[in-house]
Amino acid sequence: MFSPLIFASILPEILILAIGLLILVFEPFWKEDQRRNVGWLTAGGLFLAILISLLFGQPGEPTAVLGGMIRFDWLGFFFKILFMFAGAVTALLLMDHERAGRRGEAYLLLLASLLGMNLMAVSSDLIMLYLAIETASIPLYVLAGFLLADERSTEAGFKYLLFGTLASTIMLYGFSLIFGFSGTTDLYQIAALFTTGNISPLLAFGVLTLVLVGLGFKVAIVPFHFWAPDVYQGSPTPVAGYLSTASKAAGFAVIIRLFFVALPEFSVSWTLILAALSAITMTVGNLLALPQTNIKRLLAYSSIAHAGYAMIGVVAFSQLGAASVVFYLAAYIATNLLAFGVVMAFSRITGLEEITDYAGLSRRNPFMALMMLAAFLSLAGMPPFGGFVAKVFVFTAGVQANYTWLVVVGIINSIIGVYYYLNVLKYVYLYRMPNEDEEQHPVPLTRPYTIALVVLTIAVILVGTVFAPWFSWSNAAALNLF
Amino acid sequence: MQYEVIMNFPILSIITFLPFVAGAIILMMPPERKNETRAIALAAASIALLLSGWVYLQYLLGGMTGYQFTEQYSWLPQLGITLHFGVDGMSAPLVLLTGIVMFTGVLISWGDDDKHVKAGIQDRPREFFAFLFLLAGGVFGVFVSLDLFMLFFFYEIAVFPMYLLIAIWGWVKTREYAAMKLTLYLFIGSVVSLVGVLAMYWAQYQNTGMLSFDMLQMENAGFSATFQYIWFLPVFFGFAVLGGIWPFHNWSPDGHVAAPTAVSMFHAGVLMKLGAFAALRVGIMLLPEGAKQWSWLIMAFAGIAVVYGAYIAFVQTDMKYMIGFSSVSHMGLVMLGISTLNQTGLTGAGVQMFSHGVMTALFFAITGMIYDRAHTRMIPELGGIAKVMPFATIGFIIGGLVSMGMPGFSGFVAEFPIFMGVWREQWLVAVIASISIIITAAYIMMNIRKVFFSTMPEQLEGHVGDVTVLDKVAITTLCFFMIVIGLFPAVMVPMVERGVENILRLLGGA
Repeated sequence: MFSPLIFASILPEILILAIGLLILVFEPFWKEDQRRNVGWLTAGGLFLAILISLLFGQPGEPTAVLGGMIRFDWLGFFFKILFMFAGAVTALLLMDHERAGRRGEAYLLLLASLLGMNLMAVSSDLIMLYLAIETASIPLYVLAGFLLADERSTEAGFKYLLFGTLASTIMLYGFSLIFGFSGTTDLYQIAALFTTGNISPLLAFGVLTLVLVGLGFKVAIVPFHFWAPDVYQGSPTPVAGYLSTASKAAGFAVIIRLFFVALPEFSVSWTLILAALSAITMTVGNLLALPQTNIKRLLAYSSIAHAGYAMIGVVAFSQLGAASVVFYLAAYIATNLLAFGVVMAFSRITGLEEITDYAGLSRRNPFMALMMLAAFLSLAGMPPFGGFVAKVFVFTAGVQANYTWLVVVGIINSIIGVYYYLNVLKYVYLYRMPNEDEEQHPVPLTRPYTIALVVLTIAVILVGTVFAPWFSWSNAAALNLF
Repeated sequence: MQYEVIMNFPILSIITFLPFVAGAIILMMPPERKNETRAIALAAASIALLLSGWVYLQYLLGGMTGYQFTEQYSWLPQLGITLHFGVDGMSAPLVLLTGIVMFTGVLISWGDDDKHVKAGIQDRPREFFAFLFLLAGGVFGVFVSLDLFMLFFFYEIAVFPMYLLIAIWGWVKTREYAAMKLTLYLFIGSVVSLVGVLAMYWAQYQNTGMLSFDMLQMENAGFSATFQYIWFLPVFFGFAVLGGIWPFHNWSPDGHVAAPTAVSMFHAGVLMKLGAFAALRVGIMLLPEGAKQWSWLIMAFAGIAVVYGAYIAFVQTDMKYMIGFSSVSHMGLVMLGISTLNQTGLTGAGVQMFSHGVMTALFFAITGMIYDRAHTRMIPELGGIAKVMPFATIGFIIGGLVSMGMPGFSGFVAEFPIFMGVWREQWLVAVIASISIIITAAYIMMNIRKVFFSTMPEQLEGHVGDVTVLDKVAITTLCFFMIVIGLFPAVMVPMVERGVENILRLLGGA
């Protein structure tokens, strides 16, 4: 039974587990002031894990392994790489967090949730899928409420826990109905069985809705988005960045596999539901982002809006659509992590999180200002940054699928987005500090931040200019679905 | 045979990517080394000017036709995106224009920092030149791209640095408002075009089974007449917003006024051409049937813009607003020339794009020089500038003559064919539009008399000095092109005509 293929299919998870064990071994022996080094261990280990996985863990033909529990294919593999990249960067950003950076548990929890996300991307069985989602979620509940002395953080953790468990219970109910109708938990057999049974469209609609509650919560689409701004604002900033990127992308990985593989028969109904949700999500996210004064809440609403844009690719229900979603998420992960990274680095020095506090940043630290420029313009969808091509690809897929109206909604929303993203940059570049003494208030970057932010900036520009390799990977992932 | 080597040399990619590379290098400079930063910028701009001049001369002297200096690299084969560059008789002058404006823009931004004068860019020049070069690279990219996706990519790159350039270094009073207004207008215009471009892309796929953004292939995509009729409007007018077409011109004068001098030069000199050029290349050339159906609308809008812009310019008291609205009027002439869809009119439009670009860059440069020294741009508050800035005065008069369309200057070479072309299509429009010549002459002459030759007001006496040597170089460069083209139309007109032939071929010899 045990073959090299099985080993290769779970190679990234084995490596993540190994890093976790290393932390467990070393952390107790390190003194308090050395514990920050756990971050180097985690980040370095994850980058190494990405390298090893790329060298030895590349999938060939899609195969079911471990008794059909997981699927070894490019879709899962590319997402795993993305998650591990996000995890590594998050570990770097955590290192100099005042209250979380010196505690080994933070990194361990991060790795645990990463393990869950990796499994989410490859699960091909409903039970495995549910377990993976819970594995990814529970550490995140803890991480969101990690700062025990901080009321906001505790509240964020608790809120996330309550919303999260509720949503996942409802989703579980949906899963059980799917099992009830089809008699199998294997995603790749559900489609065939679902069609032969005579399920009324109304029931199918009900099942879809139940499942969507759980997944919609994960990716924070309207109307399951209420937790996002409060949780992002309260959690430690690197965790918020991780929630808004890796966790969201993991939700999309599940959505793509579940809807494209298991439920293609009902595509008529779910594409319509998702199209409506996508339009509402973009609009609500962008409109609510407009009046925000706190940068983390602004990014929270913006990340809600971005879930809406990415959803256009799912709605298109085509190979190009799937490829464009995967590409969109790759660009978005790099971009949003960069945005949160800058916010983290800034608030670490200043302790401030209001947009107005960013006045004069371009004089306090020109390079940080440039990185923020790259992140926000990429979010706004401007070239040569990743956000532009990603958006154009998603829109292209939308037009192809005759969802021109949805693309038009997306475009109107991009215009709203441009307004509030530029507004932040106005503070960074145009306004000055009250006494115009920016030279006295530099915002220095420590080494982990420099590495993380430079890597992310390069990634954002690379995705936006040399997009062929990333698109080929996204396309390879999409090919596994059709 | 000697062209064999030249063809293989990737000169257009070098021209396009040079500003990006230079911008990146500039960003690496330490912020306090301002003069070194400027020197790098000037060196890069000079190289860009030389290379674009070289491309222009090769095209002209080689008697080339069609797309030349073409390069094609596969960029994203799955979606048919290629990096496909090439210039024809229409775009080669515009590439040269961009080189000229970039060079002179850097020169006049160098500035002068003594006790009376705070000219040029003294605050964070490193970021200024980096953003300006990002803009320049985008502009070059649009003019040379033969791939629709890449054209769009560069088009957007050319739009957003404007926001930062205006908001950070602009005129304190209106910069925030104007920068946001400009960005939103242009962004809305470009995304409206994007929907049309995507529709064209998939329609081509349905017709030919080919996934390609290549414009040379899209020319043969066989779009149905109905399709062209519907999609021409968003595609053309989406781009034409940047061309300052009435009634979507509103962002333009506000943007001009708020922008720092070099950015005004770029904005009026090159960016507005970008809009007209993209509207021509994507709208008219790829959707020719739609163009024929809607040319009356373009002509009507352009006709209004010509007269209305001139009239509004006439009543302005702020010099920058005056030039801003005169740009709307002159760009209206370009659109008018385009709307004729005949050879004379299109040729005139092509030359007018170049001529107006150089002229308006000169106007903004000189206005900026005056403002930096007199600290006002209001026409009633100025006077007697000719005594202290004789060189700038001559430059302004030459620009004025071009603006009025005097024979012997490039303005005549451009405007005369436009009016002839319009006359052939619709004589009434030509008659009405020609009123603008009279109004233009009136406001230019009045401005020259008041600002340059009346007696200098007391408060200006003593502290308004002459322009710097670098400023003089910039003025000379700009005047040189206007006079040469005016005296020897053969250096540009035949070339544009060859570009127009290609458009007429697509229009079916109309």
